[in-house]
Amino acid sequence: MTNRFRTHSGGRIDRGAPVSFRFDGKTYSGFKGDTLASALIANGVHLVGRSFKYHRPRGFISAGSDEPNALVNVARDAARMSPNLRATQVELYEGLKASSQNRWPSLGFDAGAANDFVSPFLPAGFYYKTFMWPAGAWKRFYEPKIRAMAGLGVAPTLPDPDRYTQNYAYCDVLVVGAGPAGLAAALAAAAGGAKVWLVDEQAELGGSLLAERTATIEGKPAQQWLADTLATLAAMDNVTLLPRTTAFAYFPHNMIALAERVTEHLAAPGADLPRERLWQLRAREVVLATGALERPLVFPDNDRPGVLLADSARTYLNRYGAKPGDRAVIFTACDAGYRTALDLAAGGVAVVAVADLRREVHGELPARALAAGIDVRPATVVTGTTGRLRVSGARLAKIKGGPSVDPVGASETIACDTVLMSGGFTPSVHLFSQSRGKLAWDAASGAYLPGTSVERERSAGACRGITGLQRVLEDGYGQGEAAAKASRDAASPARGATPPPGPSAKTFPAQADDLGTDGFIGATPHARNPAFTKAFVDWQNDVTAKDITLATREGFRSIEHVKRYTTTGMATDQGKTSNMNTLGIVAEALGESVPKIGLTTFRPPFTPTTFGLFAGAARGDQFDPVRKTAIHDWAAEHGAAFEDVSLWKRAWYFPKALPDGRREDLHAAVGRECKAVRSSVGMFDASTLGKIEVVGPDAAEFMNRMYTNAWAKLEPGRLRYGVMLREDGFVMDDGVVGRMAPDRFHVTTTTGGAPRVLAHMEDYLQTEWPDLDVWLTSTTEQWAVIAVQGPKAREVLAPLIEGIDLAKEAFPHMSVREGTILGVPTRLFSVSFTGELGFEVNVPAQYGRAVWEAIFAAGERFGITPYGTETMHVLRAEKGYIIVGQETDGTQVPDDVNLGWAVGKAKKDFVGKRSLARAAMSAPDRKQLVGLRTTDPKLVLEEGAQIVADPKAPVPVPMLGFVTSSYYSAVLGHSIALAVVKGGRARIGTRLSVPMPDRVIEVEIVEPVFYDPKGDRLNG
Amino acid sequence: MLIIDCPWCGARPEIEFRYGGEAHIARPADPAAMSDQEWADFLYNRTNPKGLHAERWRHIHGCGRYFNAVRDTVSDFFVTTYKAGEPRPDIGESGK
Ligand SMILES: [Zn+2]
Repeated sequence: MTNRFRTHSGGRIDRGAPVSFRFDGKTYSGFKGDTLASALIANGVHLVGRSFKYHRPRGFISAGSDEPNALVNVARDAARMSPNLRATQVELYEGLKASSQNRWPSLGFDAGAANDFVSPFLPAGFYYKTFMWPAGAWKRFYEPKIRAMAGLGVAPTLPDPDRYTQNYAYCDVLVVGAGPAGLAAALAAAAGGAKVWLVDEQAELGGSLLAERTATIEGKPAQQWLADTLATLAAMDNVTLLPRTTAFAYFPHNMIALAERVTEHLAAPGADLPRERLWQLRAREVVLATGALERPLVFPDNDRPGVLLADSARTYLNRYGAKPGDRAVIFTACDAGYRTALDLAAGGVAVVAVADLRREVHGELPARALAAGIDVRPATVVTGTTGRLRVSGARLAKIKGGPSVDPVGASETIACDTVLMSGGFTPSVHLFSQSRGKLAWDAASGAYLPGTSVERERSAGACRGITGLQRVLEDGYGQGEAAAKASRDAASPARGATPPPGPSAKTFPAQADDLGTDGFIGATPHARNPAFTKAFVDWQNDVTAKDITLATREGFRSIEHVKRYTTTGMATDQGKTSNMNTLGIVAEALGESVPKIGLTTFRPPFTPTTFGLFAGAARGDQFDPVRKTAIHDWAAEHGAAFEDVSLWKRAWYFPKALPDGRREDLHAAVGRECKAVRSSVGMFDASTLGKIEVVGPDAAEFMNRMYTNAWAKLEPGRLRYGVMLREDGFVMDDGVVGRMAPDRFHVTTTTGGAPRVLAHMEDYLQTEWPDLDVWLTSTTEQWAVIAVQGPKAREVLAPLIEGIDLAKEAFPHMSVREGTILGVPTRLFSVSFTGELGFEVNVPAQYGRAVWEAIFAAGERFGITPYGTETMHVLRAEKGYIIVGQETDGTQVPDDVNLGWAVGKAKKDFVGKRSLARAAMSAPDRKQLVGLRTTDPKLVLEEGAQIVADPKAPVPVPMLGFVTSSYYSAVLGHSIALAVVKGGRARIGTRLSVPMPDRVIEVEIVEPVFYDPKGDRLNG
Repeated sequence: MLIIDCPWCGARPEIEFRYGGEAHIARPADPAAMSDQEWADFLYNRTNPKGLHAERWRHIHGCGRYFNAVRDTVSDFFVTTYKAGEPRPDIGESGK
């Protein structure tokens, strides 16, 4: 039955370009210009999915981005599988492969449909009521079952091979929506000389004009006027036209996010094109011409395949030449039903009845329907449909009088294969609401309309409740003119209400049907047993009218609560078709007016947006910037394993090749590296240390205030270990500081801590002490730092250095000298983070690798061993040196981590000093840094493990502290650990427990210095 | 994305700036003279108003300067910006 439901002529499809595609493994044909939905409808296929909760058979509801039902998976290949696409927006291309979702084993027979028969047990709040107990069963039983039975499409398992780009752009006037209002607004703004962007989510610009059959504008058929207008706009240099582009988010100050789908519609996308583009567009003025969405009617069995929105059916017929069926019953609460009826009749579809909810039917469209011989039935409702996988009949019943809730009479079943419904139109105010504009209830049209603006934006046409083609065009033109004018005199940055446009001289004589503002909100009446009927409000989340009234009976009154309890409006369509009817049902159940119920919040994105669009180029190697030292490539060439430390790549360890061809593991390499440093000499790339040059007449005073230490008496040429606190007294950073001159300090910070420390310093310097004459300069990237550590360190360096006497007496531990190494200027530190004799060679970064290689060569005769961060950690832990951020977590005062000695007691003030004077900061039961020894010397504790006194104590077991650092020390032949423990120093010599899932580990509390406690080795 | 008017550089996008907490809370000249309660107030207690809030911002990816702004915490509108050290402009408590 190839294209049995295709009209003989008409529509915007290219009948000369047939396209073959597959749906659920079966081959069909359509035409270029079809969507997947229109092509399937032309082939008589309406069953395209199973519903989320009840697995009911579902078909198309709409023809646009508001489609709640027809979600499909489109797969180009295994890596390019896009789930949850709306078939109404998927453009057909040759070879397209799509499949339905949420059905097992097949669409026609779905085992999950049993849920439909047990549905009395699946009421509103079902998830909350059922899956509560026992807690453990959630993970083991409920969740896997729910995931298997419910849920939507399946994500691909392969990485996305496509490219997504992100662009910033600017314009004077952005027009969102290229229907009649948007086109007219763009014409007006462009005529005023403004730089205009006109964007629309559809493949073709034109909006409702694309489905016009009889309307005329300025004496031309609407479609001709559309073609001429687009040609005019395209020819203007100041106009950018973007179809397939969704304005999905409205951010402050007119920053609009646009998702442009570049290649989704192409059979063979070119390799040079990105799949999608994210535009972050800043517009001086925005015109929202987003139109209106047709509302479904909520009646029993309104979800059977073949039940569609009336105006969507008209779109399928007029725009795509696809007939929704052979025999249509129309159920309407407004004139849209008649417009569809007339177009269907003209297109060869039998319209067997129009059931009109309204008591009295008059006006031009109904009169024309009557004149065409259509069976028009006022005060009539549809109370159900028949059929299984496709509608086969509609039950019509008369309302007996009075308001809409009145009882209905006996029903008559009319055979049909499609039921078309229209509850009127809801202005599409999503973006206006996202912009934080205030919506206002308009009683006359029964709709929320844009009220007070917050951004420099204005709405035009149907999205602000204007009806009638001529009025819509003229409103669009006036808004466009006003936007162009405002964009010329807008001060930037500016937000605030936009003034209404003045009258426009431009007129657009147009002839078209005016549908007015009639409509219905809520659930239509029926006399059927509510226990056995389902009238759907939210198709995608399977929420019925009954669910919503049940929620109100259970005490939910706020619309936000009803929404969350019933999940209505919370699916991927964000309730585009369901929100207003939900409001109507709640209002009726509570006996309130609709505006009293309130409105849920509209949030971005307007339609689902891909992760690729948000990620853009920021994936893989480009996910984050990578910082590499001058010595990085040498380390890589010498087989180093790397670890990430903030954004830096740091050499972690240097595994050596073993005789059998394998390489050392971490454990073996680190043991060897540690022993080399302790017995001879090792070298380490410390370039990632943060560095700040603090210079100026008041530099010493500034350092005095920023660090706990006393700096005034530190002589030039000396180093000091500095501790920096936050104002609340807790350790923030540490590092060695060299005084280069009376007015110059070379400050080092933790790796990754430099920006934080510099910002902290700038804060005080700029805002508290602007009187201090000090400059701060980040020099992290300027210096390469090579640590040479071990008893042979001096012998390695001495032959390379000029201008510095390395003798012990002339250059004692914790000194800094300036000289040259191999002719390269250096700041040479005598400093150790290993406990051995040590130096740190600071050279300009561009010489880092050359100097490193020279030191490596000079050290060869001592077996100099390059080591990485892991060995650095073990060596410093053996000495009990802390690492800020490992032994500290922002709640340690200096004394907690044995740094009380670094606090200048005589100083009147420094940042954090007053906080240290609080009694709690010196309480004896504070967590204090201690060492841990395990009874089993081979056992290495887990970092982060909790420490308790009695693991058998009743739950909750009091926690005394936790392990902060833990390693195996090859030099000592046993494991070591550092920990913070309540009152830890007083517990030295006692035993505590570390409970683990499989056992309890006994530990002894010891001094935190495991190696050379007297520090003799530091001085070589 | 907001546009923020740096008193030194002019209007720039929000991503160039970093928030710096409430403005006009000077570090006490003599912290040692303060009681624990007074010090705790200085350290931790902020006005957190619903309405106009004077606050510090730093143009960190620009000139690097700290400056002050008055922002309406209800609407997220910046009412004005001014240089550090200048007094808070007299524009009342609420921008509505
Ligand atoms: Zn600036």
